[in-house]
Amino acid sequence: MFVAPAFAQELETEADQNGHTEVGVEHGSTGVFPPFDSSTYPSQLLWLAITFGLFYLFLKKVVLPRIGGILEVRSDRIAQDLDQAARLKEESDAALAAYEQELADAKAKAGAIGQEARDVAKAEADAERKKVEASLESRLSEAEARIALIKDAAMRDVSQIAEETTGLIVQELLGSKTDKAAVSAAVKAVRG
Amino acid sequence: MADDPITQFQISKLVPIEIGGLDFSFTNSSLFMVATVATASAFLYLTTSSRGLVPSRLQSVSEMSYEFVANMLRDAAGTAGMKFFPLVFSLFTFVLVANMFGMFPYFFTVTSQIIVTFALALLVIGTVLVYGFWKHGFKFLKLFVPSGVPAAVLPMVVIIEIISFLSRPISLSVRLFANMLAGHITLKVFAGFIVSLSSLGAIGIGGAILPLIMTIAITALEFLVSFLQAYVFAVLACMYLNDAVHPGH
Repeated sequence: MFVAPAFAQELETEADQNGHTEVGVEHGSTGVFPPFDSSTYPSQLLWLAITFGLFYLFLKKVVLPRIGGILEVRSDRIAQDLDQAARLKEESDAALAAYEQELADAKAKAGAIGQEARDVAKAEADAERKKVEASLESRLSEAEARIALIKDAAMRDVSQIAEETTGLIVQELLGSKTDKAAVSAAVKAVRG
Repeated sequence: MADDPITQFQISKLVPIEIGGLDFSFTNSSLFMVATVATASAFLYLTTSSRGLVPSRLQSVSEMSYEFVANMLRDAAGTAGMKFFPLVFSLFTFVLVANMFGMFPYFFTVTSQIIVTFALALLVIGTVLVYGFWKHGFKFLKLFVPSGVPAAVLPMVVIIEIISFLSRPISLSVRLFANMLAGHITLKVFAGFIVSLSSLGAIGIGGAILPLIMTIAITALEFLVSFLQAYVFAVLACMYLNDAVHPGH
């Protein structure tokens, strides 16, 4: 059996009942369309008032303040955390700046120390070089003096040797003793 | 007849109670109101009980619905409207959970009862009226007199404004009621086709695939409608409450 014809029939009987009288009892209590059955209204209104009223009070007194509180605490907490994050960022920025400042200082100081050390080393090296040069100079002049001395001595020896040699050669050739003074004069004359 | 599409809206007494000649029985409707309220309360209460700074998934759901409704109300009625936040949040949650409960097979849909939706709509309009007159006195009536309208057509406009104001509770309640009612009837009818057709043998079973596909599609649509109608109800409530806070247009 189809429902649709049955439904149509149902509606017809309902229309009949609504049109004529409310006596006919087909289904339920009175046979009118249930939502329009005014005999159920007092009960529905009463129970709606009770249930909805309690619901309203419960939400108003308990649930909504609680959810509102949760949301407020959360937004407070988020704001607080954001503040703290900003503060920490500031601190870290300051620390970074201080670190960089310190680093720059240290670099400058290291440069200065290096420069100073270089200067000192250079000055020392210069002094050392000067000392060595001076000592070399003095030894050189000393050596030159000695050479001159030796040369003089050697020159003096040369004339003596020449005189002696000349004396000996003359003695051998002439077979007589030579006048020392004459030889020496001769040698001097030759040497010029 | 168990499977006609109207039976699902039938109200049956579970605990008969009668006071002063009026029937205040605890019915299946009452049961599902209790279930709706209990489920929504328990969910909201338990998921937020740990008060996690980092929310769990379920706690996020509660928080998101809180902020969703709060933004909705703030956009419509401004910061001054936030005093109605518990009301709007309760309405939205109640309607949403009731609608979603209705999507379970064999469950009763509280919001498919016109008296329930009408009562909720009246609650909104009543709040607007009471708060509006309490806060603004007779200046609240400026609500019906838009500024900048020529005096000649003013009476006409005022009449239209009054009619539109009076029709608000009706449109607000009928919109929700009709959507839920029509959706559930459609679902039931199409699902009924499947049963009827498949009892006709092989060809019938083949033909029953069409209403089956329709039923699946309409089920998805109904979930959307359930949420959307709760949202629409809450948004309109916000806009009406805005009138109570700022009566001048």
